[in-house]
Amino acid sequence: MRLFSSGGALNTFLNWSLVPQQFVTGILNGGTIGLIALGIVLIYKSSEVFNFAHGHLVMFGAFLTWWFSGGAEAGGELFNLPLWAAVVAALVVSMGIGLLIERFALRPLTGQPLLAIMLMTLGMAQLIEGVTAILFGVQLKSNFPALFSPSDVLVIPFPGAFGNAIRLKYTLVATFIVALLAAALFIWFFNRTKTGLAMRATAESHEVARSVGINVSRVFGLSWGIAGCIATLGGVLLATLTGVSLNLSTVVLIAFPAILLGGLDSLGGALLGGFAVGLAQALVQASQRIEVRNATEIAPYILLLVVLLIRPEGLFGQKRIERV
Amino acid sequence: MLHINNIEVVYSDVIFVLRGVSLSVRDGQIVSMLGANGAGKSTTLKAISGLLRAQQGEVTRGSVEWHGERIDNKTPDEIVRMGIVQMLEGRPLFQHLTVEENLRAGALFRTTSEASLGRDLDEVYEYFPRLLEFRRRTAGYLSGGEQQMVVIGRALMAKPKLMLLDEPSLGLAPLLAQAIFQVIRRINAESGVSMLIVEQNAHVALATAAHAYVMESGRIVLNGPAEQLAQNADIKNFYLGLTQADERKSYRDAKHYKRRKRWLG
Ligand SMILES: Nc1ncnc2c1ncn2[C@@H]1O[C@H](COP(=O)(O)OP(=O)(O)O)[C@@H](O)[C@H]1O
Ligand SMILES: [Mg+2]
Repeated sequence: MRLFSSGGALNTFLNWSLVPQQFVTGILNGGTIGLIALGIVLIYKSSEVFNFAHGHLVMFGAFLTWWFSGGAEAGGELFNLPLWAAVVAALVVSMGIGLLIERFALRPLTGQPLLAIMLMTLGMAQLIEGVTAILFGVQLKSNFPALFSPSDVLVIPFPGAFGNAIRLKYTLVATFIVALLAAALFIWFFNRTKTGLAMRATAESHEVARSVGINVSRVFGLSWGIAGCIATLGGVLLATLTGVSLNLSTVVLIAFPAILLGGLDSLGGALLGGFAVGLAQALVQASQRIEVRNATEIAPYILLLVVLLIRPEGLFGQKRIERV
Repeated sequence: MLHINNIEVVYSDVIFVLRGVSLSVRDGQIVSMLGANGAGKSTTLKAISGLLRAQQGEVTRGSVEWHGERIDNKTPDEIVRMGIVQMLEGRPLFQHLTVEENLRAGALFRTTSEASLGRDLDEVYEYFPRLLEFRRRTAGYLSGGEQQMVVIGRALMAKPKLMLLDEPSLGLAPLLAQAIFQVIRRINAESGVSMLIVEQNAHVALATAAHAYVMESGRIVLNGPAEQLAQNADIKNFYLGLTQADERKSYRDAKHYKRRKRWLG
């Protein structure tokens, strides 16, 4: 591989005229990946549980929104809400689902090994997948209500190069902005409100949190409720780009490297990890070589391997404080 | 008034730890509890604060009463709301939070205005001026003594009526331990908070408390006014590090001597 050779070799490796376009596309895609990663980090931080069902919550949230907006085939639709109302309805339902999962699937396992709890989340993933298939069918739904038509393109002038402009789909720009706003709102909530402080305290130590009167079960429930909302929002953003299908859940496969890049317990890190993953995926598209362009799926993992070799705690992970 | 009435505590349904413990703390009183490692002191505190349950522990007999109300089946957050707050063993901070966030975490369960929270913070900083200086520091990087101040300050933020302290001087240099206990006395004198203090350092514990209990293998084996216990030969031997052979003459002392041998074994 020529990946890390320098100078002139890079020129034969990268198609420089594509780099700015791919760079911006990568960042924009990274926003949604980062938001989805954030939901997993939230659960991990509060309860040390790695939630393998998050991708399925993403997928289910997209289906819900689609359904509320009247997407089901003629005659089958119960609702016909405008997109924003459908999103709100889906957020409410998915928060409820998050709360239910915590209350009825996970809380009974309190005190059991973490592995048991994580396996339960894997089970929940399968359950959600099955329920979705039964409720909504397995075919791709391409009639997800779009904010913009796919042909709406934002043109940023770039005189003298790149065909004189960088072209961005409006949809992509819009998803990026929404993802960023949602992430910023959530990070603000986590760091600046009393409830956020209770969540951060619980993340540090369940026992100490209990000893100061924090209702730890309620914090867990809340974390799952919020994670459900974040997942649904991510699902809506993905669906505007790709349509709604059971495959949406596989987005976690690119959220995982984003989380590990960011450091597993850092919310901001998850978001930046999302950008890094988006970039890695987009930049390989600017390669001259077909083998590299075909490596979109594994590029984030290669990046992850390199980063973890240098910084095992990830880019922004908390270092353990070692002192007596 | 806290009243523990002959409680029995079992962990994981099979590990019997407390076998009939009774003790009381009157309002405004400082009571201390001495005993070797593994005697069941921390377990007793957790039976009061309700933290037992999360560790698969259970009060299987007897009762814990706070101002006449049974609390042994309440959850930790309910018990904190009733004015009882436990400071766990080993300086239990939220390490990655700042000093002030740690303090604020102690008041999370209360619904109070930001203004009155600010006054409560000022009060804590008045007891521990060091913490004001370090309020924006990450708590985990403070020294042991400063961490203990954060833990006590955080408990004060709960506006407690009874504080349960588990070995507050553990691992601190003697002078620091003295300083911590001085503040503990001041808090008790100024705000009338009752305190139940588990301590290895019997000198300060007996000097601070009005009443003391000695625990051994899940039972209370001695109790009485602190200054009386401080004169007790066995206590002198095993907790105060003094030997006074000439005092061990009476039958009563001989009986204690046997008991002392059990402590050793
Ligand atoms: N969660 C637990 N599960 C089982 N046994 C425990 C648990 N916590 C404490 N013990 C046991 O209970 C006994 C008393 O412990 P503890 O109350 O911590 O004693 P002390 O604070 O006096 O040193 C010890 O033998 C200890 O091993
Ligand atoms: Mg102990």
